[in-house]
Amino acid sequence: MDTTVPNLKPIIEIKELKKSYGENHVLNGFNMVLYDGENVVIMGKSGSGKSVMIKCLIGLEEHDSGTIEVMGKEISELDRDELDDLRTEVGFLFQGSALYDSMTVRENLEFPLRRHTKKFGVLEDTTPIVMQALENVGLAHTINLMPEELSGGMKRRIALARTLILQPKIILYDEPTTGLDPITAKEILLLMKSIQEKYNTSSIIITHDLDCARVISNRMILLIDGKNYIEGTFEELSTSTDPEVQAFFK
Amino acid sequence: MNSIFKIKELFKNFLIEVGELSYFTGRFFKEAFRRPYEFKEFLRQCFYMGNRSLLLVSVTGFIIGLVFTLQSRPTLQEFGAVSWIPSMVSISIIREIGPIITALICAGRIGSGIGAELGSMRVTEQIDAMEVSGTNPFKYLVVTRILATTFMLPILVFFGDLIAIFGSYLVENLKGNVSFLLYFNQVFNALEFSDLIPSIIKTFFFGFAIGLVGCFKGYYCKKGTAGVGLAANSAVVFTSMLLFIIDFIAVFITDIFYDL
Repeated sequence: MDTTVPNLKPIIEIKELKKSYGENHVLNGFNMVLYDGENVVIMGKSGSGKSVMIKCLIGLEEHDSGTIEVMGKEISELDRDELDDLRTEVGFLFQGSALYDSMTVRENLEFPLRRHTKKFGVLEDTTPIVMQALENVGLAHTINLMPEELSGGMKRRIALARTLILQPKIILYDEPTTGLDPITAKEILLLMKSIQEKYNTSSIIITHDLDCARVISNRMILLIDGKNYIEGTFEELSTSTDPEVQAFFK
Repeated sequence: MNSIFKIKELFKNFLIEVGELSYFTGRFFKEAFRRPYEFKEFLRQCFYMGNRSLLLVSVTGFIIGLVFTLQSRPTLQEFGAVSWIPSMVSISIIREIGPIITALICAGRIGSGIGAELGSMRVTEQIDAMEVSGTNPFKYLVVTRILATTFMLPILVFFGDLIAIFGSYLVENLKGNVSFLLYFNQVFNALEFSDLIPSIIKTFFFGFAIGLVGCFKGYYCKKGTAGVGLAANSAVVFTSMLLFIIDFIAVFITDIFYDL
């Protein structure tokens, strides 16, 4: 994949981010910048604060100190309505897909749509948009199925379709290929890549999957002890002689 | 020393829980009057809760009416007061037994269901997914469920009361050959608005308590499947306790009005 960053306009800026749970200091001054059109992969050990960081980024967790600017807006200064508006521009793919299990696939996809009339206007018929999102992930035939009738890979694809339906500019992926077999993981990976190319989205991807990192990243950040340990392209990091870095590539 | 520390911790945790529940209640009132209203989801919940509890409330009500009459009949017969059965049964069922038993059944059936459902949605990140899609999950999940239990419980209690009185009538009809018309004539003669109004008002509070505690326990469920079970279980225990406290307060206030 071409690792050059298409446009050097920062879309997310995180400075000195700190977050603790009691005596457990999860994030200890984390910094990063995501540029428009860029894909940044964040790797780190379990419990190193990767998921907490992206949850702070979208306002699901309140950070203790530091600043998070998403598309020029400081997250901690936004009120509920402003945060909801910003969230239409930032999609989030959960590790466990998080499909609403009491709703059909159609209802899962319609759910975010009917609450954002500001962005799309009042939609009389959401079917074309829902179908378009499902065709993007190759699962148009599942429209009337319940989540319990889908396989793990299908759930992940539907969750991706639900994330895309609001046409976000940024997508946050929390371990998108974890728990999937290698073939399905590769399919999801190719899907992520095609979406990025089709919609020109920027992404932060949290993963332990080296294939995923190699194929999709423009840049990688290694998170150790709640701080950025090292930053660089996949090639730079994979050829690093630092034993801490090498441990991730073995 | 150790037990004093434990008691202190327990008391502290209790106060924290009460504080959080008060904040949760305040948030409910704030969100309930803010647009957009989730009317469709509210109706869906009303139907779901009513439909899910109707059979259980009916069977329980019928058996209570039946057993209550069978148990009290021999004693009243000794005093030649069998003709008082319709009045006695109707007043006790309408004023006290109907509302509290139905509310306890619904606490077990609906309250635990809400606790488990929201708890599992929390654990599987479905609530977070609603939040990041720019939807207010509190409004969609919590407000609709609390309003649904508040409005459905009085209807279920009314239905349960009718079935219980009908159960009592069946015993009287079989044992004392009392006609339907005579029995219900005595029931309606015995009842006054002062019996009905406090009873109806307190059922709204019962319904509110069931929805509130179920949602509170589920919405703030700790991670893991054990957390879901705990949420469902503590929703029932805490609601049952709260129902008796509300009942005591309601009876106390009603008594003051009677004295006036």
